[in-house]
Amino acid sequence: MTENWWWAFLVIAVAGWLATDIWRWLGVVVGNRLDEDSEGLQWVRAVATALVMAVTAKLVVFPTGTIADAPLWLRAGAVAIGFVAFLIAGQRVIVCVVVALFCLVSGLLIV
Amino acid sequence: MQASPIEYRSNAAWFVTGMRGIFSIPAMILMTSFVGFSAFALESGISRTQAVFMTLSVWALPAKMILIGTMTSGAPVAASFLAVTLSSIRMMPMVASIMPEMRNERSPTWLLLFLSHFVAITSWVFAMQHMQSVPRDRRLSYFGGFAITLTLLNGVIVGVCYGIVAQFPPIVAGALFMLTPIYFFASIWASARHSVVKLAFVVGVIGGPLMAMIEPRFDILYVGIGGGTAAYLIDRYFIRHRRFKSSKADPREELP
Repeated sequence: MTENWWWAFLVIAVAGWLATDIWRWLGVVVGNRLDEDSEGLQWVRAVATALVMAVTAKLVVFPTGTIADAPLWLRAGAVAIGFVAFLIAGQRVIVCVVVALFCLVSGLLIV
Repeated sequence: MQASPIEYRSNAAWFVTGMRGIFSIPAMILMTSFVGFSAFALESGISRTQAVFMTLSVWALPAKMILIGTMTSGAPVAASFLAVTLSSIRMMPMVASIMPEMRNERSPTWLLLFLSHFVAITSWVFAMQHMQSVPRDRRLSYFGGFAITLTLLNGVIVGVCYGIVAQFPPIVAGALFMLTPIYFFASIWASARHSVVKLAFVVGVIGGPLMAMIEPRFDILYVGIGGGTAAYLIDRYFIRHRRFKSSKADPREELP
């Protein structure tokens, strides 16, 4: 992979930088044509949220690294308990983070 | 002297207010994730300079993981490009959904294009949460203050932490990995101001893992475009329709 020292940087610039920023630039172009109260923006919001949450849920169900050895019920259960606690506590983000991590770590210590 | 009313605060003052956002919980969580990333980069044989360059130029964490994955497997540049491009399509609706709230009639397009580089999930959530409380013509300064500072600071974190932590104990590594999705679950739900966002949230959470088992190559795309469209249609024709009818039936709405 490394013929020259700059080769890796070129790969990062093309396959990383350009590959991500073309979508951001297209987003600016599309977003410039949307009105704040338009139906088009409602649809774009729905697509963006579904995409982000699909990526997020996949991180929990199919993780990489050492956490992949932990059982699925522990990972999903910790997130679910944290989320319910977050809803009960009046949607305070820190409650979700603390409760879910507590469940996960104590589960990892026991299992 | 009294504190000046928010309308009179300058762009520079709003930029600084945005910068202070890096002391928020979401920014702290992201910085922790980047400590984890520097360990991952080292483990994968990416050099310190490359890891920092990647952080500043690509910025989005999932795209970087995929880029490293394809680079180290020796795949041709075109294959890396394709994998990262496909995984980053979500950037387009993410940027498009915050632009109408962020810009004003006088915002130059080059500035919007420049600022869009700093959009990733954390800054997207930050924009959705706080943009409404900032005067419209100061929103770009506010967002720039937060998002540019966050990117640069994480570049520094990767540069400094690279090599310090080669490997975490399994429990710490696991908790670090899970921190990001846990935070996204709570913050995206909390920042949802429209019923369609909550509906799309549920569709994405269920659809993501489900489609990953059925069609692992284009799962995210199917869930995003198909599931997002379904959520939009249900919201428009059932949820908002019903609310519209019930608010119509409410006689108080008819009063001036």
